[in-house]
Amino acid sequence: MSAASAPVLECREVYKSFGPRAAALLGVSLEVPSGSLSALVGPDGAGKSTLIRLACGLLRAERGSVRVLGFDAAVAAQCIQDRVSYMPQKFGLYEDLTVRENLDLYADLHGVSQAQRAQRYPELLHMTDLQRFEQRLAGRLSGGMKQKLGLACTLVRPPELLLLDEPTVGVDPLSRRELWQIVHDLVREQGLTVLISTAYLDEAERADRVIVLQAGRVLAEGTPAAVTQLAAGRTFRLTPSGRESARTLQARLLGSQAVIDAVPDAGGVRCVCAAQHGDGIPGGVPVEPRFEDGFMVMLRRTQSQSAHADIALAHPPPQANGALIEVRDLVKRFGAFTAVDRVSFSVARGEIFGLLGPNGAGKTTTFRMLCGLLTPSGGVLRVGGIDVARAGDAARGQLGYVAQKFSLYGPLSARENLEFFASAYGLRGATRRARIEWAIHQFELTHASGPAGDLPGGFKQRLAMAAALLHEPRILFLDEPTSGADPLARRAFWRRITALADQGVTVVVTTHFMQEAEYCDRIVIMDAGRVLAQGTPAQVRACAPREGEFEPSMEDAFVAVVERSRAGEARAAARTA
Amino acid sequence: MLSSLMRILALVRKELLAVLKDRRTRLSLLVPVLVQTMVFGYAASYDLNRVPYVLWSQDQGAAATALIARFDGTGIFRRIDTVVRERDMRAALDDRRALLAIGIPADFSRRLAAGRHADVQLIADGRNSNTAGTALGYAQAVIGAFNSHWRATHGEGRAPAHLSVRAWYNPNLLTRWEMIPGLIGTLTLLQTLLLTAMSVAREREQGTFDQLLVTPIRPVEIMAGKALPAMLIGLVQASGVLLVAQLWFHIPFEGSFAVLYGGIVVFVLAAVGIGLVVSALSYTMQQAMLYSFVLLMPFTLLSGLTTPIANMPRVLQYFTLINPLRYAIDIAQRVYLEGAGMRLLLPDLWPLALIGAVTLTAASWLFRHRLQ
Repeated sequence: MSAASAPVLECREVYKSFGPRAAALLGVSLEVPSGSLSALVGPDGAGKSTLIRLACGLLRAERGSVRVLGFDAAVAAQCIQDRVSYMPQKFGLYEDLTVRENLDLYADLHGVSQAQRAQRYPELLHMTDLQRFEQRLAGRLSGGMKQKLGLACTLVRPPELLLLDEPTVGVDPLSRRELWQIVHDLVREQGLTVLISTAYLDEAERADRVIVLQAGRVLAEGTPAAVTQLAAGRTFRLTPSGRESARTLQARLLGSQAVIDAVPDAGGVRCVCAAQHGDGIPGGVPVEPRFEDGFMVMLRRTQSQSAHADIALAHPPPQANGALIEVRDLVKRFGAFTAVDRVSFSVARGEIFGLLGPNGAGKTTTFRMLCGLLTPSGGVLRVGGIDVARAGDAARGQLGYVAQKFSLYGPLSARENLEFFASAYGLRGATRRARIEWAIHQFELTHASGPAGDLPGGFKQRLAMAAALLHEPRILFLDEPTSGADPLARRAFWRRITALADQGVTVVVTTHFMQEAEYCDRIVIMDAGRVLAQGTPAQVRACAPREGEFEPSMEDAFVAVVERSRAGEARAAARTA
Repeated sequence: MLSSLMRILALVRKELLAVLKDRRTRLSLLVPVLVQTMVFGYAASYDLNRVPYVLWSQDQGAAATALIARFDGTGIFRRIDTVVRERDMRAALDDRRALLAIGIPADFSRRLAAGRHADVQLIADGRNSNTAGTALGYAQAVIGAFNSHWRATHGEGRAPAHLSVRAWYNPNLLTRWEMIPGLIGTLTLLQTLLLTAMSVAREREQGTFDQLLVTPIRPVEIMAGKALPAMLIGLVQASGVLLVAQLWFHIPFEGSFAVLYGGIVVFVLAAVGIGLVVSALSYTMQQAMLYSFVLLMPFTLLSGLTTPIANMPRVLQYFTLINPLRYAIDIAQRVYLEGAGMRLLLPDLWPLALIGAVTLTAASWLFRHRLQ
């Protein structure tokens, strides 16, 4: 271990860009002290990955200095790489090798001796709880387990500094908690220095220190509490009165100049005021600020809310009685494996319906069946009164679909993509032109020139939404629509979604952000192919044990429900064994 | 019906935009075809332009000198050495300096002058049987000419039977004349098969295929939307080869362009059908690429481009019946050199149309049923 006094990583005025139009870092200075757990927080495109890659000598800074463990990254990259372990966002696991073989491979690459392995492997496998899966193919592991295996492979040789680039992205809350616990233990028990990047703001609170990065600049550096403190005295909770829903209350608050941020929270609305209001917001009860509140205060100093977040449909979907989506005893089997096991729910017109669950829970499979991309093995599935799998093109014309990954045509421009999808949905002539203009204006795509594949993440996300709404569908399917988006973009996204739902569009959405479940009218939580909990967010939250005076969060509820079900399963398995 | 057509049109436009907008893919569509045509035009030839030989002569007489002069006068036979010992002759063949050794015994001129038979020895390097055979053939022709001339000038009269040889369609039996028209099919198959095989796999990999499937577009329309642009690109590529053949190699074109293009269209339809089946079966671009190459190798080897189909074992000859390239090469060569019309080409056209119909039907069925 290096001397405790000197920082392990030190950046001074670092600049880095990829081409004239793609500046990644604009004068970043920061320090990572020895033995600390530091979090690099910021939305996609903030420069987190660039910074981490500079720190392990994979990139060279244009200006400024990067010093790691006393070495200059510009000249002694190899010395740094011998002492630092780095886990990139997409870790190179070999899916056709077993857990053990992957470990062996990385041990071979790092020249770890057999004696060291004998001592190191049990530690790593115990730490990641993968002992039982030593002989399983890496490709057969769940997303969370893959990340843990990646971490184990990264740590196969004890490093002096551990760099983790968004290890929790796309991982369910349960696995995220486990990963953070592992990292915590590494810092506390082994005195390791860790720099971890994340787009989840709630994770930042678990670090000793945070570095907030936004558009290539350091917005703040210090303890998470210091960032949270920025919102001190400005955070309130409001409960909707009368017939007003939490969503309309939120929309009303966001429209006010005095409000920086408002999010639905446990049946009410949490909001952050622009400045310290002596009397606060009318009807607002002061609450403890959170990290995200402080972050929003900082962000709103540099960015303003999207102006076009409200959306108006020319032809709102017609009124409909009864359930628009009906799922009864839905089953999907892949060979001997049952991915979806007798799932039932229904969604009414104009509802926002959330599908939540850990990776491999079967929510994507359910989702794909709803869209007609998979045929069910059994059960009833009716969307808009028709059987999607068997229905013709007319039925599909009523659906809009936004995939998790950007899945429009990369070489085509934004406009060309819209033109294609407009024709695909049978729009013609003046209607087609009008709808394309509407989409470009509504989703602020006027300046989106060049191939769509090269657009920044936020643009891509808006373009995907625009393409899905061109034909004014009655039902909108959204698969993880906000993963990787920055908080402002996420809020704009949800404003559009709630506006659409208010006009009668039915929305089915899957999400990993548990807070976002609060935007939904009703949710289901799935695990191992079955529905564990179902109802309004308040009903689901009530499943979690209440601790103290605070309402349990959606994430607490999620973890409680999944853990309870898994424990029950383990007991059942023990009884039959 | 109209809406279906509009959707197909939108797909075709999207497909062409995706291919043609990028400068690199645009170049990769034409440049390799042109380069390969040039390379094949020059490199793939069985004609021997230069036969290095070593002369092992023990005879200084007039007849021997006249014979050697005939060899040297062809411009093809190049004497690299004249040796007197057998060991030196052997060495020249061993280290590949000479392809052929001509041995003239000491009594050659004397025996001929006496009106008797004389022997000339030809030794060829058989390590490449093809070249050796061709070189020996050339040498025999030279010696044959020498014989007739000798008989005529020494009052022995002409040989009783005289061979009068004509090669129809390709009078000088130039390999290039048959090779380059053959390339129209070969290179077009290579490119269109890869292009279509990758196109659906790419969409699957990038998630755009799902996005297509949730729109009102039907699987059959997706297939048509994939097949038409690929056929168009295939036709442009075939025209590229054709242009090189016409403008650079000046290979005489006997037939009609309409007939040739008619044949190419049917062939490209079959090629695209095979590409789409490969595409529907593969989940990743890597798989699509691998399957395509696994197919391309036997297609080329069993096409008759380089080795005559009639010489293949019977089982393989049956296999060539489902090889679209076999028919395409036949069509191109016959239209080019023989000037064949549609009627003569029917035996080639209907199997191609059948292959196209079967593969396209299979592909559209697979698109739908690969949904699980």
